[in-house]
Amino acid sequence: MREPVLGGSVQTPQDRKQPLLRAGNMNCGGCGMSSILQLFSHAVAERDIKIVIPACCGAITAAVYPQSAFDAPTILTTFASAAAVATGVASVARLNNEDTRVVCLAGDGGTYDIGLATLSASAERNENILYICYDNEIYGNTGGQRSSSTPTGAATSSTPTGKVEAKKDIMAIMAAHRIPYAATVSIAHADDAVKKMRMALDTGGFRFLHILSPCPTGWKSEPAMSIELIRLAVRSGLFPVYEVFDGDRYVISIEPDFSDEALAMYLSLQRRFRKSGITESTLRPEIARYWHGLRTMSGRIVPARRV
Amino acid sequence: MGIELISANHAAGLAATLAGRANRGGRGFCCGVYPITPATDCMEYLCSQDIEKGTVVRVESEHSAMAVCIGAAAAGARSFTTTSANGLAYMAENCVTAAGLRFPVIMMVANRTMGPPWNIWAGHGDSLMLRDLGWIQLYCAGNQEVFDSVLSAYRLAEDERIMMPAMICLDGFTLSHTIAQIEVPDQQQVDTFLPPLHVPHQLGSTPHALGQIEVAHQVTSHRRQHHDAMAAVFEVYSRVQKEFRSIMHRELADPVVPYRLDDAETVIISMGTIGATAEQVVDQLREEGQKIGALRIRMLRPLPAALIRKNLQAARRVAVIDRDISLGFGGVLWGEIRAVAASDMLVQNYLAGMGGGDVRPHHIVEIIEDICSKEQAAEPIILEDLQ
Repeated sequence: MREPVLGGSVQTPQDRKQPLLRAGNMNCGGCGMSSILQLFSHAVAERDIKIVIPACCGAITAAVYPQSAFDAPTILTTFASAAAVATGVASVARLNNEDTRVVCLAGDGGTYDIGLATLSASAERNENILYICYDNEIYGNTGGQRSSSTPTGAATSSTPTGKVEAKKDIMAIMAAHRIPYAATVSIAHADDAVKKMRMALDTGGFRFLHILSPCPTGWKSEPAMSIELIRLAVRSGLFPVYEVFDGDRYVISIEPDFSDEALAMYLSLQRRFRKSGITESTLRPEIARYWHGLRTMSGRIVPARRV
Repeated sequence: MGIELISANHAAGLAATLAGRANRGGRGFCCGVYPITPATDCMEYLCSQDIEKGTVVRVESEHSAMAVCIGAAAAGARSFTTTSANGLAYMAENCVTAAGLRFPVIMMVANRTMGPPWNIWAGHGDSLMLRDLGWIQLYCAGNQEVFDSVLSAYRLAEDERIMMPAMICLDGFTLSHTIAQIEVPDQQQVDTFLPPLHVPHQLGSTPHALGQIEVAHQVTSHRRQHHDAMAAVFEVYSRVQKEFRSIMHRELADPVVPYRLDDAETVIISMGTIGATAEQVVDQLREEGQKIGALRIRMLRPLPAALIRKNLQAARRVAVIDRDISLGFGGVLWGEIRAVAASDMLVQNYLAGMGGGDVRPHHIVEIIEDICSKEQAAEPIILEDLQ
């Protein structure tokens, strides 16, 4: 890999002339989606893209009419419609033999919850869409309510003492659709992220990227710590980074060291976990169980490269 | 030009197919479709057609059907969908978007009663629920009219001064499943009538966003533009009628259809197939010497208020028959007519045919008898109370 590893802040000759996310956008400081768009800007380079955004923070990012914070043609849709609107845009591109990538940029609410049927149907039809879920584990726009992506123990404005239920496994759902490419992406591992984004951009059919996206406002964390939080989530094994090809070929991208210290730091750096009393030891069994499944699916019993 | 023996559902599907093919020189044709009784035949028809530079996406819900049409229109393509009752309600949110983003999406609505309690038969309550969204609404009374309306709706909606979606409504089963002969133009005629679509604000190569946040004065100014475009519909429609006549050698029905109104003191106003029955009753009562006429409102949005007033000049009393009820108010059409009729006119509301109940000539005769016995208007009357 010869990719920039500084979180997307270095321009190389292969990059887009203009960043995909322009200055003056309305994102909060430390927003994971901002980092995702910076990395994605590197990955997109000179490719032609069209962006479809359902109701989510991304709709606010675009800013007030007639300015746009996105350096690509963008349509903002209703909450549950992104994958279906993208279907229309992508179908017309195909009819006109256009080499354009239609990219959905949706939050976890629009992906895990209200948009799930639309997402599932588009995946089932294997539409030519790249669907990026930036997962901040809450309804950020409306003030931080729980979604089915919110992890156990996280306090939200609708679960003030911490969510009881477990986080939904969206990757398993997408893999079950046997789509050509699905991957989880860490914004703390820029080389891996950009590589996967390019892979997703240049694969045909339905592609899905699941990206854990810190929300300092909702996670009650320091904006400057956002990327570090993701590094801790990856190191501890809490956020596994892997790829799934055609729904059955699993490839683990980053081998964690399952550090309890990293897990403890991940929890303690966010005030959302404070009330429920959740600790690294409560999380460890579920992490072990998930990784056991991942190892079985990937056929990799012996850990590979550690980070 | 050929003759086809075809249901109204298929007539709408055929018109959309011809319109879709006509855009092969443009950005093509892309529909999202989903089945619902009694509109299903229309989507099935589309799914069986081979459309050059066209595609029909079989989606998982009406909500997504309209979303696909929105995406297609955003990419500059012509589109079409069809639904009914609860499907339309489920789709409603995206109907707002199609109007708000000023996309010329064309939709056939087989008017059906909303449920539960379930009822699959005719009722105008479904499309009337979406009356105020910024869609053009046309209500039809025959197969040829359905075909012509769908075809000409493209021309009307795609006009750069209009640029908004249009809904072609027809009574579920009563009309949707009625099979009749219609005249069908050749593809070449349709190609002449419908030039390639150009959506001025389509997603192109320059970065701009559609559907962003707007603040109060921007909302006001966009609503004003949309409202002004609605007002322009009448003029554009009469030009579409002229073009239609010269290319199809047939008349395209007016926004309102008057019937023997010249000296009519009593006028029956209705929408959809009830209007055809009303004309039959007018003939019958005219033979008995009564001064009766009928006015069928074909275009509800924009409401051709001036045309309605003009047609009611000689009238003293008006019976408005609604196949719907705005609970706590009365008939929706009655509200519209009351708003445009002269203040001294007797405008009486009759609610009939809800849940697909038959509205037969003798029902309309009873309505006429009732209104002729009145000196002033009463509360809306549900038809079964008359009997």
